Amino acid sequence: MSFFDLNGTLKPLTALKQFGKKPHTISYPKESKEAAPRYRGLHFNDLDECIGCGNCSMICQNAAIDMIHIDGIEGKKGDSGLRPRIDNGRCCWCALCVEVCPTGSLSLTKDYLYVSEDPDSFLWTPGKDNPNGKEQISFFSTEETSLNVFNRVPMPELEGKERVKSFAEVVLGYSEAEARAEASRCISCGLCTEVCPEHMHIPEYINAIATGNDADAVRIIYDNNPLPEMCGKVCTRRCEDVCAIASRGEALAIRWLKRYATETAATAEITREIVNPEIREANGKTVGIIGAGPSGLTAAYYLALRGYDVTIYEANAKAGGATMYGIPKYRFPIDSLDKQIDYIKSIGVKILFNTKVGKDISFKEIYDKFDAVFMGVGFPDAWPLGVDGDDAKGSMQAFRFLYMINSGEKVDVGDKVVVVGGGNVAIDAARVSRRLGADVTILYRRRVKDMPADWEEIEGAEDEGVHIVPQGIPIKIHKDEKGHVKAVEYLKAKMVPDERGGRPKPVAIEGSNTVIEATSVMAAIGQMGDYSFLPEEFTDKIKIERGRFVVNEKQQTGDPKVFAGGDAVNRTADAISAIADGFRACKAIDEMLGKK
Amino acid sequence: MREKATTLYIGPQHPGITGNMMVKVQVEGDTIVRARTEVGYLHRAFEKLQERRNWLQSFTLLCRFCVPEPDPVEESYARAVELLEGREVPERAKYIRVLMLELARMGSYMLWYGGQSGSLGLYTIGQWTVGDRNYILDLFEELTGGRVYHMYIWPGGVRRDLPEGFADKVLRTMDYFEKRLKDYDDLMFENTIFQKRTQGVGVIPKEKAVEWGVVGPVLRGCGIKSDIRIDDPYEVYDKLDFIVPTHEGGDIWSRALVRRQEIRQSIRIIRQVIENMPSGEYYNRIPNPFKWTLPKGDAYARTEATRGEVAMYIVSDGSIHPRRTHFRGAAYVHGITLLEKILIGENVADISAIMNSLGVCPPEIER
Repeated sequence: MSFFDLNGTLKPLTALKQFGKKPHTISYPKESKEAAPRYRGLHFNDLDECIGCGNCSMICQNAAIDMIHIDGIEGKKGDSGLRPRIDNGRCCWCALCVEVCPTGSLSLTKDYLYVSEDPDSFLWTPGKDNPNGKEQISFFSTEETSLNVFNRVPMPELEGKERVKSFAEVVLGYSEAEARAEASRCISCGLCTEVCPEHMHIPEYINAIATGNDADAVRIIYDNNPLPEMCGKVCTRRCEDVCAIASRGEALAIRWLKRYATETAATAEITREIVNPEIREANGKTVGIIGAGPSGLTAAYYLALRGYDVTIYEANAKAGGATMYGIPKYRFPIDSLDKQIDYIKSIGVKILFNTKVGKDISFKEIYDKFDAVFMGVGFPDAWPLGVDGDDAKGSMQAFRFLYMINSGEKVDVGDKVVVVGGGNVAIDAARVSRRLGADVTILYRRRVKDMPADWEEIEGAEDEGVHIVPQGIPIKIHKDEKGHVKAVEYLKAKMVPDERGGRPKPVAIEGSNTVIEATSVMAAIGQMGDYSFLPEEFTDKIKIERGRFVVNEKQQTGDPKVFAGGDAVNRTADAISAIADGFRACKAIDEMLGKK
Repeated sequence: MREKATTLYIGPQHPGITGNMMVKVQVEGDTIVRARTEVGYLHRAFEKLQERRNWLQSFTLLCRFCVPEPDPVEESYARAVELLEGREVPERAKYIRVLMLELARMGSYMLWYGGQSGSLGLYTIGQWTVGDRNYILDLFEELTGGRVYHMYIWPGGVRRDLPEGFADKVLRTMDYFEKRLKDYDDLMFENTIFQKRTQGVGVIPKEKAVEWGVVGPVLRGCGIKSDIRIDDPYEVYDKLDFIVPTHEGGDIWSRALVRRQEIRQSIRIIRQVIENMPSGEYYNRIPNPFKWTLPKGDAYARTEATRGEVAMYIVSDGSIHPRRTHFRGAAYVHGITLLEKILIGENVADISAIMNSLGVCPPEIER
């Protein structure tokens, strides 16, 4: 190369030809650039769809998201009432928050410009501070792109045809691998804990199962529930109704996971070994408990752990209350219950069976003997159907029928059973009758979707061949010449919207009379309490209103020494609420007696 | 008479330095007699931060290792995780990843054009190439939602499928670049000033190059054929037809020639990728990220970036967090030890040009 390179000197001058070309740039701000359809700009949150689960805040690796209260949004079941606030000074727009948002309410928009001298204004609540952001949504998650795992691991069950042959347990339980897979779907938002009457530590024990620490899971569960296997099998599981994953998928099988964890402890001894509870030294105080149902057992267990001398008086031959005598064994086998009762007894709870208060021992005697009394007496009696012909032979209460079956008594229901009602008791009675070989019809006055029974129970009943007749109001039971049930007559109903905004009401259609043949009729329209054991001298203080004891937030009745819980107190009438009552009462009793 | 040595501090804030780092040089007259690199202005402890973030969260940190070309880091991490977990990646995702990596390579080289010529006072090219790089960033924006930080290649595949009409846009952009590259040549490679200031400057001896740990285009500029895409093929590089250009000389000029040709090879690869990309899944979904654990063990994956080999080493103790991650980047070698060696004897005015030719990325050195 010579010192002067002509070509190399002139070539760069070709740049001059660019003068004649159209510029590539746009003249901002006269023109502005539209962001791409997938642009990751400032956040938008659909405040109505958001449930405040805080998942976005959890995944944010910049700690740019916190959950705050905003005016006009109140917490409710399945909604924490909190909404994410973004610190745009920290955000890196990675959009992981969008990818893990279970409802899909959080998204990023095309909006990318924000200028302010005030650094505090960089904190903003998407959806509230940019209500128009919805039109600009660009980066969002769909069921396909979401990182939530929406599909539940199916629970192995017996086939419908197999089931009706015996009282064998229908649900077979998760295997270890299935439980781990199911548990690992949980996002630990804790909305479930909030809605559980007993506020069980659900995300914690699910996490323990997911990470393979079943023993930890058992310990966490026993922290505030001494009957977890019962809950693992028959809980009404309000937790699953509010599961964040359920907003776009299937709720975590919280109940089945609890069942899995507790079943890893095969016997009461193993349970004792795993839970290894700290039992405090006896403090010399005594507590008497009436009724060995879920609320009484719970109060007894935790009081015994705290050093109290606890005695339970149980009218029946076995403990468990309605879960023993009301729930059929194919849902909750007797050895599963026994295992839990044995464990509770093993820490020092005394249970006196076949001891009916008011008959074998007076209430006064118990009241005088103990430092505190807890009543978990339940609803032992069922409402009769109350129609013409109700007194026929073969007309019975479903609850009573289940009691007899569960006590091992034989009941002849014939070959055609009609069950009236739509709750869990109705379904239980129907499915038990199927197992006794009868054709079963459920007569319910509203629609199937209005049935208060658990949807899985309804499906189970249908699988087993139970026939459901919705919108039918029974008006008469026909008898044969021997006074035995022959048929049930009902009127068809139409659904009329409730003016006050409640659920639609069934109204009978005149002249739509229909008759179904029947050999037995079972009424499953509700239960009621039996408070005859309570002497008059106590009823001034211990008040009963609308069939239930009146208690304060500590489960304390008008008599400071007497506490109550379970079905005889709360309207939800399920085991987990009873357990919560028992736990609350235990704390209150401990507080009261501990001071003395 | 021997001149007295003077100490000069080039950086950490200096337009000729490729980021926040300093080169402390002793000069006698214009000639460098001693060079020390000083880093520590950009350390963000990403490797440590990853230990407190779960396997998915860690992924969002990676793009910040090297801003001009973040994708190879994401690629190395994703492959290391997949290797450790045994997670399959759908074929389509592999093609999309190669597309991303090659687009990123082109984008990074566009910036290099600007830096390399700017360091010699030729500013027009930089304005053109950085402007043209925006067409690549437009593609990134459309595909990933982000122009610079893509956060797109993640364990299991890629985050989103190609949007409709994207392939055509890529091809149109490639057509544009093919025409445009000629303009760059006129202003840069045909330019006497560029030739004279780069030939024989910043020479790395061929026999020392491997020993010193030189990699990537810098090594290929010493006449040694080495490219992970060929030597240890990942994704679908073994199914693609391209060459690895090399040039003897070891100076800035040969490194520049290597890069100039690599852009053309990238265009060639991108065309093949678009043509052969199969349909199907783009992502083999990971489990719930909050509970996602990797088996105990470690894994190492490396990717060819414009700076050279960038590799990620991950160690898992079976939990949801990495126990340890370690990033091995080319800039560490090129920017610290190599620079100190080859600056000796050079003119002080060439520091910036040499630094740019080595692909030194201070944020990657310190991460």
